[in-house]
Amino acid sequence: MENTIEKPVAEKVDDKKPIKKMMLILSKATIDNVYACFILANGARMEGIESEIFFTFFGLEAITKKKLEKLHVATVGNPGMHIPTMLGGLPGMEAFATKMMKAEMEKLDIPPVGEFLEILSASGTKLWACKLAMDMFHLDEDKLIDDLDGVLTVGDFYERAKGDSTQLLFI
Amino acid sequence: MVIEKTYGELCVTCNEQGYLTDLNQWTKEVGTEIAKEEGIEMTDKHWDVINYLQDQCRKEVPLSIRKVGKSGVVSIKEFYQLFPKGPLKISSRIAGIPKPVSCI
Repeated sequence: MENTIEKPVAEKVDDKKPIKKMMLILSKATIDNVYACFILANGARMEGIESEIFFTFFGLEAITKKKLEKLHVATVGNPGMHIPTMLGGLPGMEAFATKMMKAEMEKLDIPPVGEFLEILSASGTKLWACKLAMDMFHLDEDKLIDDLDGVLTVGDFYERAKGDSTQLLFI
Repeated sequence: MVIEKTYGELCVTCNEQGYLTDLNQWTKEVGTEIAKEEGIEMTDKHWDVINYLQDQCRKEVPLSIRKVGKSGVVSIKEFYQLFPKGPLKISSRIAGIPKPVSCI
């Protein structure tokens, strides 16, 4: 009877470690993905958790000065929108759906993309652009927002993720 | 669940997360004691924020970090410097108002 545990419940200790850092990777430029990423990053800071965002591929549009206020929601190939694919492709459909969505978000006190980036930066969220994606899209750093913390390679980003209780999330 | 808690000479009622259930029970002394629990040394700037939050709560305006940043009382950056471990939730606890439900 050597393996008998006398107090199986009482011996259990709550050893759950809280999350210390959220490392988010944003690879898409549709407004729903961008907001999901921003809200997660901002929500982390509000709870005292560190957060960083790595903008790669189309995610770079969310930090490109001329494009960030013109992001759209996808009306084609997005079953969640409940718009038939044939209609979703009609001219003006995306603009209309996006306008509706932005109006609803403003009602909930969710800021536009540009202001949201300012809030993130002020809260201490680090904003990084992906070097490879910038080279691919022939983007210069001066086209990106002023609040950008820098341009990184994937290796640099992993280096920053070091430490206990870091979570990485791909959006 | 409501818990009774003593701060200095005052007995107040809190919820299980330590937020006061009745703002009328709040005094500056209670606020200072809760701040100590959160590891915060209160300064005039901290109290400016607390006064603003209580004022908004009495007017039943839902709070968010965005609104605090636009209030002119404190910038978002300063707000994070004053309450680094969670500006809105910790300041609300010190102010004796309910924990805000905002995600922004």
